Amino acid sequence: MIELQDIWKTYADGTHALRGVSVRIDRNEFVYLVGPSGAGKSTFMKLIYREEIPTKGQISVNGFNIGKLKPRKIPYVRRNIGVIFQDYRLLPKLTVYENIAFAMEVIEAPRRVIKKRTMEVLELVGLKGRHSSLPQQLSGGEQQRVAIARAIVNNPSVIVADEPTGNLDPETSWGIMNLLEEINFRGTTIIMATHNKEIVNTLRKRVIAIENGTIVRDEVRGEYGYEI
Amino acid sequence: MKFSTLVRHLREGVKNVVRNGWMTFASVSSIIISLFILGAFLLLAMNVNNLADQIESQVQIRVYLQLNTDDAKINELKNTIGNIPEVSKIEFVSKEKGLEALRESMGADGAELLEGYDQTNNPLPDSFTVEVFEPQKIAYAAKQIEAIGKTDESSPITSVKYGKGTVESLFKIMNAVRNIGLVIVAGLGVTAMFLISNTIKTTIVARRREIGIMKLVGATNNFIRWPFFIEGALIGCFGSVVTVVLLLVGYSRLVEVSQVELGLMMIKLVTLKDAGYTVSVLILGLGTLIGIWGSTLSVRKYLKV
Repeated sequence: MIELQDIWKTYADGTHALRGVSVRIDRNEFVYLVGPSGAGKSTFMKLIYREEIPTKGQISVNGFNIGKLKPRKIPYVRRNIGVIFQDYRLLPKLTVYENIAFAMEVIEAPRRVIKKRTMEVLELVGLKGRHSSLPQQLSGGEQQRVAIARAIVNNPSVIVADEPTGNLDPETSWGIMNLLEEINFRGTTIIMATHNKEIVNTLRKRVIAIENGTIVRDEVRGEYGYEI
Repeated sequence: MKFSTLVRHLREGVKNVVRNGWMTFASVSSIIISLFILGAFLLLAMNVNNLADQIESQVQIRVYLQLNTDDAKINELKNTIGNIPEVSKIEFVSKEKGLEALRESMGADGAELLEGYDQTNNPLPDSFTVEVFEPQKIAYAAKQIEAIGKTDESSPITSVKYGKGTVESLFKIMNAVRNIGLVIVAGLGVTAMFLISNTIKTTIVARRREIGIMKLVGATNNFIRWPFFIEGALIGCFGSVVTVVLLLVGYSRLVEVSQVELGLMMIKLVTLKDAGYTVSVLILGLGTLIGIWGSTLSVRKYLKV
C-alpha cells in the first residue's frame, strides 16, 4: 500500500513540482497518472522509489516511511519496487539474461535460483530465445520487455512505470500493456504515467490527473480527459 | 558478505576489464607510460646515488708521522685511531711502501724525479691511511685524530690530511645531486598518480548511468563498489607488471651494452639484481594502489544518488 499525505516538493531551483498531494493506492491496484508535461507526474513517481525526498509531508510505501529512510536502507526498499522507464535503462554491455539476472544478484540469490527465475520471467515477457542478445540488438518493444522482466524478477509488490510506451508504436504498446495487465493480475500494484489517450480510454483503470502539482481528478474507471 | 557474492564480484571485475576493452586499454596505457617514465628516472637516480657513494667512499684520511717514530708507538697509535667509532679501517703505510706507491702514481715522468732515492735516503715519513664508515663524517674523524696527536707528549703525528675544502664541496655537490634525484622521482610519482587516476575517472564517468541503474534495482553501495575495486586493482597490477618487465629488460640490456665503456671510466652501474628488486616492488605497489585508489574514489562520487 502506498500513501501520500499532504506532499510538497520544491526543487533547489525553486520549482514547485508538487503542492499538497494526498492520495492512497491500495494493493493490487492499477493506476494511470495523467496530466500535461511538467505537471509533477515524474516527481510523484520518483518520491515512491526514493530518488527524491518530499520537502514536506509524509509518504509510506509498504509501511516504510520513505522520507525518513536512512540512506543505508534505501536499496532494501527499492528491491520491493520495480521501475520501468521510457528509455528502458538497460545495462548496454550486458546480455538480456545478465541484465535481468543482475537484479537478482543484487539480493544475493543463489545462482541456481537466479537461472531458474530469470528463464521464467524471460518466458513470461516472450523473449525466451533472445537471452544472449545485447540490448542494442533488440527492437524498442523487446528492450522494454527486458526492462519489465528485470522489474518483476524479484517479485516486487509495486511497479512504477514512467511512460513505458512513450517510445513505442501502437501495436508494440499494446503488447506491453497486455504484459503489464498480466503482471497486475498476478498481484502487483502498478502505477503508470502516460500520455497515451487510446490506452487509458480502452484499458479502463483508475485515473489520477495531476496539474500544476496538485491532483485535479481521481476516478475509479476514468478517462484520459485531455486532447492531444 | 557471502562467499558466492565475493566470487561473483571477482568474476564481474574480470568481465568488466574485458567488456570495457577500450577504456581498459586507455587506463593500462596511461599506467604503463607514467610508471615507465617514473621507473626510468628511479633507475637513473639509483645509479647517480650509487655513483655518489662510490666517489665519496674514495675519500680517506692520511695521517703522517714523525720520521723516527718507533714500532711500539706506531702500534699504539694504530690501536687508538682504530678505536675511534667513526673509523672503519686503518692501514699502516711504511715509508718504503709510500715511495713505491709514489713511483707508481707518477709513472714514467716521475721516474726521473724520484731517481736516486732508495731505502737509505727515503725522504717520506711513515703514514696511516684511514677510512671512515660515513664519508660525510670525515672532518670530524680527522679532528679526533689530530687531538690524539696533540695529547701525546712526543707528538708523533705531524699532519692529518683529508683534502679539506675539496671534500666538503664534493659532499655538497653529491648531496645536491641526490636531492634533485629524489625531488624528480617524487614529482613524477605524484604526476603519475594524477594522470592514472584521471584516466580511470574518465572511464567511470562513462559508466555513471550504469551505476545509476544498479542503484535503481536496489544494489547496495558496497555491491556496486566491489567489482570496480577489483577492476581497478587488475588494471593497475597488469599495467605495472608490463612496466616492470619493460624496465628490467631495458635495463639489463643497458648494463650489458655499457659495461665495457663505463668500466673504463671506473663507473659501475647498479646491478640488475639490486635495482630490479627496488624497482619491481615500488612500481608494482604503486601501480596497484593507484588502480584501486582511482577507481574507488571515482565510484564514490556517483554512489550518492
